Amino acid sequence: MAESEHKKRKTSEIDKSEIEATEPTPARSEELSSELDELLDEIDEVLEENAEEFVKNYVQKGGE
Amino acid sequence: MALRRIYGTETEYGIIHRGVKDSNPISASSFLINAYLSKTSEPGVGPNSPRVGWDFIDETPGIDIRGFAPVGSLPPEIEPNLVNAVLANGSRYYVDHAHPELSTPECLDPLSLLCWDRAGDEILIKSMSAANEALPDGEELIVYKNNSDGKGNSYGCHENYLISRETPFGRIVQHATTHFVTRQIFTGAGKVGSEAIGEKRMEIPFQLTQRADFFEEEVGLETTLKRPIINTRDEPHADPLKYRRLHVIVGDANLCEVSTFLKLGTTGLLMAMIEDDFLDNQLKIANPVHALQQVSRDMSLKAPILLEGGKTATALSIQWELYERSKKYLNEFGSENVGGESVIKVMDYWEKILSALTSNPDQLFGFLDWVTKKNIIDSYRDRHELNIDDYKLAALDLQYHDLRPEMSLFSRVSTEKIVSTEEVALAIENPPEQTRAFFRGKCLQKWPENVLVANWDSIVFDTGDQNLRRVPMMEPLKGTAQHVEHLIDSCETVIELIESISETIE
Repeated sequence: MAESEHKKRKTSEIDKSEIEATEPTPARSEELSSELDELLDEIDEVLEENAEEFVKNYVQKGGE
Repeated sequence: MALRRIYGTETEYGIIHRGVKDSNPISASSFLINAYLSKTSEPGVGPNSPRVGWDFIDETPGIDIRGFAPVGSLPPEIEPNLVNAVLANGSRYYVDHAHPELSTPECLDPLSLLCWDRAGDEILIKSMSAANEALPDGEELIVYKNNSDGKGNSYGCHENYLISRETPFGRIVQHATTHFVTRQIFTGAGKVGSEAIGEKRMEIPFQLTQRADFFEEEVGLETTLKRPIINTRDEPHADPLKYRRLHVIVGDANLCEVSTFLKLGTTGLLMAMIEDDFLDNQLKIANPVHALQQVSRDMSLKAPILLEGGKTATALSIQWELYERSKKYLNEFGSENVGGESVIKVMDYWEKILSALTSNPDQLFGFLDWVTKKNIIDSYRDRHELNIDDYKLAALDLQYHDLRPEMSLFSRVSTEKIVSTEEVALAIENPPEQTRAFFRGKCLQKWPENVLVANWDSIVFDTGDQNLRRVPMMEPLKGTAQHVEHLIDSCETVIELIESISETIE
């Protein structure tokens, strides 16, 4: 588990300089509509042909 | 001091069998798993190796925790028609009721568990292709990682946290309930419609979680009827005098890695704070069952939740409060026992996600499942000017969770990745190194023909002589790579291994 990169850190404090999570930024939000546009173009090609039949036939009994 | 946390998940997948008249989910699930076991080259389950089954024996608490007991009367309780296999990565892969289910190996931190949870999804994907190659033309098995069929039937993605037996259960109930109700704002997988009793389906066009509709009690033993927010199953799969396993049934199955990682990481932190009695009573929710559904239906994230004593707070503000307390806790106690370095990453994501939820949740497209799904559905509806009850929207919901790479809507989104493809590929074939899962997985890799059955807390070896040998593993922190890798490498036969362990114990 990518241990080498984690070992550098001290366990007892949070060092902001080493934070790796991608920042969800407003800029990203602006990119969203174009990403969604592309996605929607693709979706029509892969979406189950008969949505009503697909949804009605999706039955999952006997869980847990 | 909080215990070293052991984490695990158990995921039930939805399954459909296309191209047959009367499909049977039990035989479809068996076919799926058997196809994987026959096809894979993984040691222990390969076509030329004997299958290693699950050992159903009920371990008696407190005995047999050292050394070996000759076992002459092992009950072979594996139901012949229901597959129940142990994989060389330490997972259990089986048919549970009418679903394929995969339980991850025991992991020592949320980052490792994310990796083995992802490996589980990949195993299901490989199973689908193996099954579909073997099926006649025109038939297909399709697997979904979700929790509801939209018709009132639900199946679970359960989390497990090993906690100290000494911790008063009442304390766990109170604080875990607060967290489970409010963490839905980042753990929710999103759902079109309502399945709650007494509510019309499209009264709720979209909600945060798949599962909130199915919970009717605060605390209880059930998992299929009158589901409780806190499940009381007491089956630690470890020394019961020392450990309790909190079996969490209230969560959604997630596809976004950030959702899975935060679900596990924040709950692990909460358990540590409960064990160390670090939390006060300020955040006790007055009516948890109501609040669970209230939060799931509140797309504004601003609904006031009634607390005991009459004050109110939003789910978001309660999560901010738990985040702040976790930060204080880590400064005071360190992160060693809650998952070490990976917890720093949990805190980092937690803060960023809560900030984005506070300012503009749409920023979390590709980070959280419910935001991602909601954006797809809303924009599709806008583009095609559909009514909210159009079947296409419900179809989009289901197809978000389709595990076929070419059909999955989730896999078409560029999402935030926390573990690499290479790490996941390794986790498909290898056990985690920091728990007893290592011993289980390595023995399966090296001596598949000698492992008769296995389960979480023991392995039964058939050494070829008269006696079967059971190796108990009641301590999840033993049998790690550090403890046994050298030993396993140095032993040629399983008899050598057993004799060496026996000497170590004596």
